[in-house]
Amino acid sequence: MPDLGLNVLLQGKNMARLLGGLWVALRISLIAVVISIPLGILLGILMAGKNPVIKAILRVYLEFIRIMPQMVLLFLGFFGTTRAFGWDLSAEFAAIIVFTLWGTAEMSDLVRGAIISIPKHQYESSQALGLSKRQTYLYVILPQATRRLIPLSINLITRMIKTTSLVLMIGVVEVLKVAQQIIEANRMVSPNAAFGIYLTVFVLYFLACWPISLLARHLEKKWR
Amino acid sequence: MAVKILAETLLSIEHITKSFGDNTVLDDLSLAVHKGEVIVVVGPSGCGKSTLLRCINALEPIQAGEIRLDGEIIEPNSKNITELRQKVGMVFQSYDLFPHLSVLDNILLAPCKVQKRAKAEVTAEAMTLLERVGLKDKAKSFPRELSGGQKQRVAIVRALCMHPEMLLFDEVTAALDPEMVREVLDVILQLAAQGRTMLIVTHEMQFARAIADRVIFLDGGKILEDAPPEEFFTNPKTDRARQFLHIFEFEAVKHHEPQEL
Ligand SMILES: Nc1ncnc2c1ncn2[C@@H]1O[C@H](COP(=O)(O)OP(=O)(O)OP(=O)(O)O)[C@@H](O)[C@H]1O
Ligand SMILES: [Mg+2]
Repeated sequence: MPDLGLNVLLQGKNMARLLGGLWVALRISLIAVVISIPLGILLGILMAGKNPVIKAILRVYLEFIRIMPQMVLLFLGFFGTTRAFGWDLSAEFAAIIVFTLWGTAEMSDLVRGAIISIPKHQYESSQALGLSKRQTYLYVILPQATRRLIPLSINLITRMIKTTSLVLMIGVVEVLKVAQQIIEANRMVSPNAAFGIYLTVFVLYFLACWPISLLARHLEKKWR
Repeated sequence: MAVKILAETLLSIEHITKSFGDNTVLDDLSLAVHKGEVIVVVGPSGCGKSTLLRCINALEPIQAGEIRLDGEIIEPNSKNITELRQKVGMVFQSYDLFPHLSVLDNILLAPCKVQKRAKAEVTAEAMTLLERVGLKDKAKSFPRELSGGQKQRVAIVRALCMHPEMLLFDEVTAALDPEMVREVLDVILQLAAQGRTMLIVTHEMQFARAIADRVIFLDGGKILEDAPPEEFFTNPKTDRARQFLHIFEFEAVKHHEPQEL
């Protein structure tokens, strides 16, 4: 068995540092998720609505965020704005803002898609039964849209968690950065540690995202 | 019959015009429906039968004229439109049950949420009606687990549970396999026997003949004929109606060909 340098993990506080790094990554994504889901729902409802001006503005926002690679957004959000506006933004805070903007855009598109996928006759048969607009949304449209939405938004959450690995580029010390630091520090004693450490990072990400994916698949089956 | 002619007018449609852009679909159309009357609306595809029913339920705005139910004007923007809609039950051609709710919850939704009636009371009524249409054991099923004919019967029960004063049926059997048409038509025949007021759009001419008090022939946005079924089917007054009925006769002849050969 080749030396994977896994023993490095057991030295000192290395495992704890890695877990701490994972927590930083998860914290960024979780805060962004918690903010972007309600915001995305709101914008998604507006995008599915009738006001052409609002729809156009939101469309531009969505396309802008979509076209930009997340890395560029992070650079723009951190280096770009700190230079331009001269404010003192922590890298983690900048990351949260960028992830929230991104998550909100993606979420709003999912919500819009879920709402417009409900056929017209669902609205009409509700109205024909005497349901008001509000009741139609509350009891007929939104429950159906939610069922379509939940698996999709859970997948979005896992994508957001995975993409946090990019934030090391703006200097946030998250799990990948910690891994690099550990490998760097042990370069002389355990030159093979890179594989073992990155493998551990892989397992950590897997453990964080796998249950969420399972939940998505379960809900998808249940509500089909 | 005499009783029905004397009965009061439940729905009065007066000189309504409905157009989509340049396309005038209903042209200065008037019609009165009396309490307990069963009116069947027939006419070629695209003549505006569905549009007429949708206007009655204020799903479509009209450009001129007025529609009154019990003397109250029906229009999409009026404040009490949801109350007026409760008085009119409608069943569409497409299966329009709510897919996320069980059969029973489909039926309970509007009586409980709109009319604020007690759940136990509505449940009891729903179960009685489901039993009457042969679907008592399907109360807990979901729409996706039902056949087309079963879905349409549930949709009828759902409309009935609102205690409407009038029922509108828009080709409720058109999307069904032939062997399921009968079970749905039988339910509608039962309703006629109970003296319900109904406006029925159908392509089932035998059924129209059996159930109608009056048959209305719609073409070019106007009512070309308004007659008792015997008269309409045996002796239509207009050429258009004759042509229209001829299509069905031709189908009937073709249908019997193999036996005659
Ligand atoms: N939402 C709409 N927008 C534009 N035109 C419409 C709309 N709904 C119906 N029409 C038009 O109105 C006319 C009447 O349509 P309608 O559906 O009422 O016909 P119908 O008599 O029910 O026909 P069928 O027997 O095929 O169901 C058609 O020419 C149709 O193209
Ligand atoms: Mg039609």
